[in-house]
Amino acid sequence: MGPAATVSELVKDYGAVRAVDGVSFEVERGEVFALLGPNGAGKSTIVEILEGHRTRTAGTVRVLDTDPSSAGASFRDRIGIVLQSSGIDPELTAREAIDYYGAAYSRRVPTDELIELVELDEKADARISTLSGGQQRRIDMALGLVGDPDMVFLDEPTTGFDPAARRRGWELVERLASQQRAVLLTTHYLDEAEHLADRVAVMSQGRIVAEGTPAELRARAGSALIRFVVPDRAEPVSDLLAPVSGDIVGRGRHVEITTDTPTADLAQVTGWAAERGFELEGLTVATPSLEDVYLSLVADDGGDTATGEGDGQP
Amino acid sequence: MRLLWRRTRIQNRIFWRTPVAAFFTLVFPILMMVLFTAIFGNDPFDTVYGRVSSSQFYTPGLAVFAAASSTYTNIGINLASRRELGILKRVRGTPLPPWIYLGGVVLSAVWIAALGVAAMVVLGVAAYGVNVEAAKVPAMVVTFVVGSASFAALGLALSSVARSVNMAVPIANATLLPLAFISNIFVPFGTDTPAWLDLLGNIFPLKHFGLAFGEAMNPFSDAPAFEWHRLGVLLIWLAAGAAVAAWKFSWAPPVIAGRSSRRRRRTQPAPA
Repeated sequence: MGPAATVSELVKDYGAVRAVDGVSFEVERGEVFALLGPNGAGKSTIVEILEGHRTRTAGTVRVLDTDPSSAGASFRDRIGIVLQSSGIDPELTAREAIDYYGAAYSRRVPTDELIELVELDEKADARISTLSGGQQRRIDMALGLVGDPDMVFLDEPTTGFDPAARRRGWELVERLASQQRAVLLTTHYLDEAEHLADRVAVMSQGRIVAEGTPAELRARAGSALIRFVVPDRAEPVSDLLAPVSGDIVGRGRHVEITTDTPTADLAQVTGWAAERGFELEGLTVATPSLEDVYLSLVADDGGDTATGEGDGQP
Repeated sequence: MRLLWRRTRIQNRIFWRTPVAAFFTLVFPILMMVLFTAIFGNDPFDTVYGRVSSSQFYTPGLAVFAAASSTYTNIGINLASRRELGILKRVRGTPLPPWIYLGGVVLSAVWIAALGVAAMVVLGVAAYGVNVEAAKVPAMVVTFVVGSASFAALGLALSSVARSVNMAVPIANATLLPLAFISNIFVPFGTDTPAWLDLLGNIFPLKHFGLAFGEAMNPFSDAPAFEWHRLGVLLIWLAAGAAVAAWKFSWAPPVIAGRSSRRRRRTQPAPA
């Protein structure tokens, strides 16, 4: 059996704006693959193309050996979708919704089992309109799993969860992967990607800018991160930083150096400060987290919805 | 078929759990009937059907009005709101065939319409002695089915054109209510009615639905009392409604200005 999903040179244009710009990746069965990136990076567009909700401009997409753009009911029978925001009939109860949405699937997980799985027992017979956002999100999850899917799409599944509910949501996702299902997850929570994903693709402006296991991505950032604050009375620091071998990011007086030679670079920095009799406030040397990597990768994106989105590639 | 039956029952359940819809569809026409006969009395007067009691005039018209609001208004608003909530998009991501979902919505609306019409006719016969003849019942049934189907198709068209509930509700009311006034539903038209109002009423389907149903209840009409030319007009509107729906119906939530630019971008349609 090949991968559950194969995406090759995928392109999606909205009018003149290129939302997805030549993206390729594969999702194996039994794997949690995370698309990570700021709002507007193109994550949801990709997921919706794989679900069959959206057409593509160019490239090839295979999900469960099917082209989603022309797939029918038999394809949707085998996938489970948890959309970013889609309502559930507010007049129904959770139990009714699971019954009714489940009725169309050929492989059907029993309603009681799902209610227990998403821990809605005590609210199973309350109208959905009376449930909290987090509880509704759990019904979302149950509806995504009701057809015992081979591939599950989770578009920001734990947004709006409190920390305890998030932990429980994660356990659910881990269980899915252990059952040999493929899971495609989008998130902008780094800890979520780090915790759940076997592999992560970091997206920025419609492209994948880095891909690998969370550990590999961390390693890309070099072995150490030196941070400190330059004192106000110090002269311009260009002469300090010139001999440093790592990548330097400065924000005002805050300096970050990402480096593979932390000993030498640290010596240069501390030597420079000691010569002038400065104390470097907040001086730390640390192993970079996935967040550090992520922020450096998407730095050009501005991290901002409007600018990140609007000015797409030509 | 089992799925379609099931979807119809779900839609019925949703309808009964929406008290506003149930009130306006079923209680409102009955209330109008009681009020009209109380205000105008139940004495015979000259109508399109000949000289009949006011209840004989109002019963078929208000029955048809109940059927039209149960199908046109309810389908239009229900689907627009479900699209806005993202429910239609959710449905589209399941193996449920789209036609079964829409079929359930339509069948449920026609079922509710049948209840509304039955309630009006039973009230008319029982409380006001309105005329119903066995030989003309087939004409009543056929007229009801064709008319309801036609207004159901127009409801699908309405939900396709209205991009949000906030548009669907006023469009439904601003079309159906004025039409009811020029279609012999709320106000009896006599010989002194301006010709252009008469013509306007003849263009739209509500008048034909009401008069076809009224002729089937008219004590002076000859059995079987089918008004084929009116049913023909209703079928044309059915085709027009279905065509608009087939052309414009969308499962994706509408683009709402003022959301974050990401949402706007994500839902921005590509130019054709």
